[in-house]
Amino acid sequence: MSTLIYGTITSIVLALYTLGFSLTYGISGLANFAHGALYILSGFIAWSFINQAGFPFFLSALLAILISGLIGFAFYWVLLLRIRGIALSELIVTFAAGIAILELLTWRGFYGIQYSLPLFLRGGIEIKGVAVDYQRLFVIGTGIFLLILLYLFVHHTKIGLAFRGIAQNERTALSLGIESDWIGALSLAFGSALAAVAAIVILPMGIMESTIGYNVLIYALTVAIVGGLESTSGMIVASFIIGFGQVVTARYIGAQWMIIVPLSAIILVLAIRPSGLFGKFKELEERV
Amino acid sequence: MTGIDATYRKKRLDRGIKVRSDSVFAISSYREILYLVLPRVVPVITLLVLPLILKGYWGKVLVFACMYGLLALSWDFLASCGLFSLGQSLFFGFGAYVAGTLSYYLHLTPAITLPIATLGGGLLSAALLSPVVRLRGVYFAMVTLMLPMLLMKMIEATGLVGGSHGLSALVPFHNEWISTYMAVVTFLVCLFGFRRLINEDYGLVLKAIRDDDRAVMSAAINIYWRKIQALFIAGAVGSFAGAFMTHHYQFVGMSAFALDYSILPVAAAALGGPGTFAGAALGSMILVPLSESLRALGGLRIALYCGVLIGSVILLPEGIFHYMERKYHQFETFVKVG
Repeated sequence: MSTLIYGTITSIVLALYTLGFSLTYGISGLANFAHGALYILSGFIAWSFINQAGFPFFLSALLAILISGLIGFAFYWVLLLRIRGIALSELIVTFAAGIAILELLTWRGFYGIQYSLPLFLRGGIEIKGVAVDYQRLFVIGTGIFLLILLYLFVHHTKIGLAFRGIAQNERTALSLGIESDWIGALSLAFGSALAAVAAIVILPMGIMESTIGYNVLIYALTVAIVGGLESTSGMIVASFIIGFGQVVTARYIGAQWMIIVPLSAIILVLAIRPSGLFGKFKELEERV
Repeated sequence: MTGIDATYRKKRLDRGIKVRSDSVFAISSYREILYLVLPRVVPVITLLVLPLILKGYWGKVLVFACMYGLLALSWDFLASCGLFSLGQSLFFGFGAYVAGTLSYYLHLTPAITLPIATLGGGLLSAALLSPVVRLRGVYFAMVTLMLPMLLMKMIEATGLVGGSHGLSALVPFHNEWISTYMAVVTFLVCLFGFRRLINEDYGLVLKAIRDDDRAVMSAAINIYWRKIQALFIAGAVGSFAGAFMTHHYQFVGMSAFALDYSILPVAAAALGGPGTFAGAALGSMILVPLSESLRALGGLRIALYCGVLIGSVILLPEGIFHYMERKYHQFETFVKVG
């Protein structure tokens, strides 16, 4: 039972890590390697608002999400716009920007026990004899809520329609008056804001360190590759496979072998089905 | 800029001497021979003389620069067959760990461990990456970025080959002169070897894979096998650098898989100009001494490389080497239009 509950929690955490990355990639084909850095950066922004400006928690969380979205938008508009379409350059710039953010955070001394976000909800309950604290349940709730919200947003608003248009065929979308740069910047802004949301609900469960940024990036990439890069259902299934794989491994083999799970998942999936579990055929052409 | 564009445009013309010396038969004067030979001989002589002049600390920096240069060359080699690696530290780490383990457990000298680590590291890299050679561009980059990080965590978690403490007190090089010259000569051989190789038939196939892999496939060439061969070559070069540094430090640890070894080669190649090998070499010769002189900044150094990387990708996408090459071979004048 505890495997089931904690497996679900781990899986939802993984899905939250990946959501923003997958959204940006799915819409504008931009692999945002700065995703992990934005995640941890928004955690620190929230921390600074709470502890240095003295704002209440929810206001600072909201501000952190907004600022993170703005950073994503500005990042696209200032840097990525100039090299849009050159896959290698996009890759180098996002990767370098991510590392620069993480290293600057480390350099500024943002690590240690004092940096942690407060819990939303204290206490916990027992489900069938397994103790679970409210924060972890809240993470599950947020994950499901975000997925539903995102689905509604993408399918029932004008911007969502434009997102899907650009994702399907950029040129046709352009000819219908959807500006691809604007949508690209928005998609990066949304991806970053989602990273911030994930940071604000997940980070209270541990301490904040800039090295977490690398882990988030690794997990986001793993889940995205295993699931098939632009497919949301693939992403959810993949995060459950890897999440449960990790929890089961930790329980029956030993916690130190947990890291084998993502590695072997990637290699297996790439060897057997290079487009990912739910990737489309179009993707296969492009990747292989 | 718009004001100039309206009435003038920049015109580039090859210098006469370039046109004449392009063909071997036209070389008739010392001037033309020098024009061809100088850009190749001057860097070689400089690199061979530098170890005599630089002593102590800066001598070590030269060795570092050569090793990072090897990693950058290996990056550039992979890039010229369409494989964009963000994990040069994978190759470096494999070489370092193979040499380190052999030296620690069997007490072998560098003369034996270096060749074994070079070949073994190349084989390991090619074997580990062989399932993913089917991937292109961003996808390959993602996998290569993750592998060293995952391997680093695996070593930390399982405690194999020294775990987080690493292996220390390894066999050092006996003679500093030999090791320094080995670094410099390997770097030069690799640089000119790659430049030659990429224009041979073998290299042309690799470049064709980058440009259009379907066309190469339709010529009945097994592109995956070629890519694995390229990975072996690049992996072996990177592994040599790793093995060399292991004996140089007399220590190998998880830091062999650190991000420095991935990001600096890419930064060097981007700064110098990818695709020519000379650019990658030049970039590492600029960046490594620069970063050594900024050692006091600590972690900020990596942020600085990233700044250089972003700046050079956005502002000077062709790279320093291409820029210099253009100035050397061509006149530029503004001509009036209309």
